[in-house]
Amino acid sequence: MLLSRVLEEKLGSLYRAGGRIVGGVYLGKGQEAFSAALGVQLRKGRDIYGPLIRDQAGRIAFGEPILDCVRTYLGAVTGPMRGRDGNIHRGRPKEGHLAMISHLGSLLSVVAGGLFARRLSGTLADSIGATSIGDGGTSTGAFHEGLNMAAVEKLPIIVSIANNQYAYSTPNTRQYACENLVDRAAGYGIEGVTVDATDLASCLKAFRAAADRARAGGGPQMIVGTLLRLAGHGEHDDASYIPDTKRQGASARDCLQVAEDFARDHGWMSSADLRELNEEVRRNVDQTVSKVSKEPAPDPFKENWQALSCAELVEGQHEA
Amino acid sequence: MSITYLEAIREAQYEALRNDPSVFLYGQDIATFGGAFKATKNLSKEFPNRVFDAPISEDAMVGMAVGAAVEGARPIIEMQFADFSSIGFNQIVNQAATLFWRTNVPCPITIRMPSGGTAGSGPFHSQSMEAIYAHYPGLVIVTPATVEDAYWMLLDSVKLNDPVIFCEHKFLYYHLKADQIGDRELPIGKARIARPGRHATIVTYSAMVHEALRAAEELQLDGYQIEVVDLRSVKPMDTDTILASVARTGRLLALGEAFPWGGVTAEIIARVTTDGFHLLDAPPMRLNSKDTPIPYHPNLWKSHRPTTSTIAAALRRLLRN
Repeated sequence: MLLSRVLEEKLGSLYRAGGRIVGGVYLGKGQEAFSAALGVQLRKGRDIYGPLIRDQAGRIAFGEPILDCVRTYLGAVTGPMRGRDGNIHRGRPKEGHLAMISHLGSLLSVVAGGLFARRLSGTLADSIGATSIGDGGTSTGAFHEGLNMAAVEKLPIIVSIANNQYAYSTPNTRQYACENLVDRAAGYGIEGVTVDATDLASCLKAFRAAADRARAGGGPQMIVGTLLRLAGHGEHDDASYIPDTKRQGASARDCLQVAEDFARDHGWMSSADLRELNEEVRRNVDQTVSKVSKEPAPDPFKENWQALSCAELVEGQHEA
Repeated sequence: MSITYLEAIREAQYEALRNDPSVFLYGQDIATFGGAFKATKNLSKEFPNRVFDAPISEDAMVGMAVGAAVEGARPIIEMQFADFSSIGFNQIVNQAATLFWRTNVPCPITIRMPSGGTAGSGPFHSQSMEAIYAHYPGLVIVTPATVEDAYWMLLDSVKLNDPVIFCEHKFLYYHLKADQIGDRELPIGKARIARPGRHATIVTYSAMVHEALRAAEELQLDGYQIEVVDLRSVKPMDTDTILASVARTGRLLALGEAFPWGGVTAEIIARVTTDGFHLLDAPPMRLNSKDTPIPYHPNLWKSHRPTTSTIAAALRRLLRN
């Protein structure tokens, strides 16, 4: 969580400084506990993870090195996306980390398909899948189709819904009409729970239980986390549409602060330990950014410009 | 003993399932029922747990295939009608078509699309989607016109490590027959000279190949030898074979059943005028359907699409120029 927060703050400052990061920067501030609590349930190389826009913490917990993140944000040719895609649109599908596209809800069926194929080939064993979405993404047809299909197939998939109350600027009142998003779980014939997503301990408990149920054959598991996005949609957005009453409400608690207090209160870490950890994490992030800054940018003359894996089917360039 | 175009598609899927355990079939009503057109008849019986009914969720069907492909499977997805693939459009063009380029992980999926018009099918069960998908990088678009191509190109599609849009024409399902399936002659990406000639070239694909051949017969009575090029795949498009044909004849008619704006026939004309303008003895022509939704009543439908007589009339105009 801390690494995620510090890394994203660094990315935000690079964005604001201009020049280094093209395109946007999208932060998961306020969602780290909910995201990381899912990521730690998953085992890289065995489970399938389809993270979304605000899952930096979950990706780290899953085992993605922050090098992959920084390289993708800076467009380095050494990164997993090689400058062909950027920022949060990254992954290593062969390691079970799917690379999201921007179309919300469309990753759910892809994660389900991976699990389906493993079941067919007899390699599913106790692996599970997981994917994340926000309150806004639940309104898409793709989300409905994907979740219904996963439910029909009784696939071991966790669907994590971060209800951060705003889809970009649109409040929940303009997004859905049910009392609580988790009510929809019954309609799909799957299990669903709600959790206070500002509280790491509750999140860990809920995701652990969901992962256990999924591994035990319980089918899809929906977890709805209640929280507030503590940043704009991206760093270009000041989130001025979120009223002060919301910003002072219970769902606006900073999950990182809550987790640190919890650790201190339980005597797991002292203030000095936390300070030290903070410094170590900052050093790590700074070193990573500095390393990637020296790496080569993609060269359009070395790019092969081929979208097919079968080179013999790539058409010649028909230039006028 | 003869085999229809539809039976060839069924046989190809049988072979694909038999040859490769990573192949599976997913689509609406395709398991016990055998598919709306019976293209998967008995396959679920012959290959238990390899042929699955899908919910009416074209988006999720394609997304699921992409996820399965990442895990090493080679799914064949049946769209009940090509028209409904518009619901899965996002997954096809944004998920499947970009996967390899973005992540270096190939996406070997085949999406079968029962395409094109038949009398009485109306606006939403008659569409030809090849141009829409050909527009997007990262997809291979095949359009078989013969029983042999329906069989071999489907088998080849399943073996390709890229997403293939397999446009099978419903009008040919039952009408088109072959005595037997011959040897595989051409790979995907190569066009075929369906009829040699020297006065004009028709470049076309799918069911229109047969209309073009009939029009060519008609023109033969007037003493004209019309060459017919069957593209077989619209992407990649075999520009070399098209240009070589136009070099022989000097005249070009680009023919397609799809809507007229943009599309495959426009692409053919663009390529020939760009790379072979000097080969042309007359302005090239295009013939497509009318620019309206596809009508229901046979009287209207027959006038909406190109037919032997409208193709023959177009050829006569082309030859007069």
